[in-house]
Amino acid sequence: MLLSFLATTAIAVVVLRDLFAVVMLFGIYSLLTASIFLVLDAVDVAFTEAAVGAGISTVLMLATLALTARTEKKPRQWSPLPLVVVMITGATLIYGTLDMPRYGDPSAAIHQHVAPRYINESPHETGIPNMVTSVLASYRGYDTLGEVAVIFTAGVGVMVLLGARARSRKKKGEKS
Amino acid sequence: MKRHLVLRVVAKLLIPPILLFALYVQFHGDYGPGGGFQAGVIFGAGFILYALVFGVDTATTVARPPIVRVCVALGLLLFSGVGVVSLLLGGRYLDYSVLADDPVRGQHLGILLIELGVGITVAAVMVTIFFAFAGRERS
Repeated sequence: MLLSFLATTAIAVVVLRDLFAVVMLFGIYSLLTASIFLVLDAVDVAFTEAAVGAGISTVLMLATLALTARTEKKPRQWSPLPLVVVMITGATLIYGTLDMPRYGDPSAAIHQHVAPRYINESPHETGIPNMVTSVLASYRGYDTLGEVAVIFTAGVGVMVLLGARARSRKKKGEKS
Repeated sequence: MKRHLVLRVVAKLLIPPILLFALYVQFHGDYGPGGGFQAGVIFGAGFILYALVFGVDTATTVARPPIVRVCVALGLLLFSGVGVVSLLLGGRYLDYSVLADDPVRGQHLGILLIELGVGITVAAVMVTIFFAFAGRERS
């Protein structure tokens, strides 16, 4: 049901030329994805998707829209190449899922590796009931540090690219 | 958007609960879903809502860009600083067990601190990116 909503939203995004509606549909898409994560019991991921995908990125895309045009240009001619590429990629991805273990299968490789140790030991070792937090912050602290560094770099990049430009323009305005 | 009375009143009512909820998500992340990343995004969203409704100029008087810029680095510094402190106390990098007498309490403290670092950096970066986009719009 949710997946069919998702597919409908995706098709609408492709068909529509009004970018404002497309941005709103992207927000709905993120919200639907968050609901799917929620159904799959991945509450933390759903939370992030709802906050970042449906909230912040919608606002940023609207801000971008305010700087550019509101409607998409019509493509000059219809070419079948992108469709073929997308079809082949999709078929490959679906082929790849055929080997995957069934959802929730306890004998799957991912449930055999480090997961049992986290489930059994993390309440004693860290004393934190939310296992996601203890894995994210303690067992996988290096990864999280790397992620924060990525976000930091993104912020610095935006500052360098956009912030400096606005300032120099202001200075020019003062001179003239 | 300064003329929309309903939006302004609703935003005024909503922003304090949003910020409070962000703090709840931040410090309750040990027990429920959430953590520094989500909390930072929600906190940033509160400021962005304020900027959207009351204008970017008003928002920059609340969240001054120099201070926000310092916060961007502060969070990451706090995170890596916890790692350095645990190194100095004789543990491995980012091994929080040495931060307190009891390893479990050390883990608690370390996770709380690094989540705070994550939250600060994420919130500051979100606000910075929004200001950068909105600043271009005006000029």
